[in-house]
Amino acid sequence: MSRKVSDQEYKKTRSYRMKQWFDGSKDLFLDELEMKPQKEFTEDHRTVRQREEEKRRLFERVYDIKHNPEITVFNKIYRLFCVCFCIFLVIMLLTAVSNLPTTGHADNPVNNEVSRRYIENGLQETGSVNIVTGMILDYRAFDTLGESHVLFIATCTVLILLRNDRKKGKNSIADMEENDRIHEPKNDVILQTAARILVPPIVIFGIYVILCGHLGPGGGFSGGAVIGAGLILYLNAFGFAKTERFFKASTYKKLSFGALACYALSKCYSFYTGANHIESVIPLGTPGAILSSGLILLLNICVGIVVAGTMYTFYVMFRKGGY
Amino acid sequence: MHVFTYILLGFLVVCAVSVSLSKNLLNSILIYMSYSLIMSIIWILLESPDLAITEAAVGAGITSILFFVTLKKIHAMMKSEDDENEEEKDE
Repeated sequence: MSRKVSDQEYKKTRSYRMKQWFDGSKDLFLDELEMKPQKEFTEDHRTVRQREEEKRRLFERVYDIKHNPEITVFNKIYRLFCVCFCIFLVIMLLTAVSNLPTTGHADNPVNNEVSRRYIENGLQETGSVNIVTGMILDYRAFDTLGESHVLFIATCTVLILLRNDRKKGKNSIADMEENDRIHEPKNDVILQTAARILVPPIVIFGIYVILCGHLGPGGGFSGGAVIGAGLILYLNAFGFAKTERFFKASTYKKLSFGALACYALSKCYSFYTGANHIESVIPLGTPGAILSSGLILLLNICVGIVVAGTMYTFYVMFRKGGY
Repeated sequence: MHVFTYILLGFLVVCAVSVSLSKNLLNSILIYMSYSLIMSIIWILLESPDLAITEAAVGAGITSILFFVTLKKIHAMMKSEDDENEEEKDE
């Protein structure tokens, strides 16, 4: 061993710990993280026998093998089929992976007429200068409808999980502490001054991103997220009492229902006209103008409203479980 | 420009590793925020500003705020020892 430092010194260094980690000779998280020691699983004789008895009786009750002998045959075939199916699935997936085309090759199926058409005819057909927005809100508007609904369902799930359904009668300190109301509003001068200056530009920038989604980078999702962040900052600075003046649970319900219904109805119209080869009444306008590209502007606003409401509702639900 | 991209990519890897290795949950979230911010710059360099705006707003903004609130709810945001000592002095 030709080390300059002594063995004890060496054991304190990071390289020794690194070596231990690579060797697996010592778990570095042991004694560092708080862990419960695992108990050895033991069972007494009686419970084991009882469990087996119950299992046997249940089996007899459910399957009644004496009177239905074909069930044993079915069980054997079922197990055999399971194994065969698993092997088949593994082979199929492995062959599929091994036959994948190489990345970046010119003859790949990715480089087909669809993407070429998006790039060449996108501006004429959708009227949107930003091809990405033209794609997600015109060619693939159905996808985006599904995504908005995913957001809506996520909010519903958060509502179910985190909602506080207790009656508001008792206003004890523990209750308020739990609802996080006692910390509201903090009257933090720095935060309030910063919020007073920052919130209007943030919200206006969000509205700009939504409205100019078909002209430049942006769109409903990003703009809605920016507006949601602005609302959260406002809520943090001035407390729930101020935001409840304009944003309650009923507001969220109306907004998201209205936006989703508007999206679905307007897209129904364009699907109907597209499927029946009818000329759509909505003009595409001159590309580059703010009122152009048909339905895209309206759809962007709908998506933006849904996303902003969702972000704000997430925060409120996490914070105190209810508006 | 290439050098700048490589620096950012290296930073990304460092952030991703240190998120999982840091023992303080608050530090993890802060590192995750910086990860999202770097990712949004990389999206701009990859010429997709749409994604960059979304990444900056959702990844660095709202996700981390939700993480903070969750940490506060489960009482994982501990006061540092200095603060506690000061409070004892006040009493």
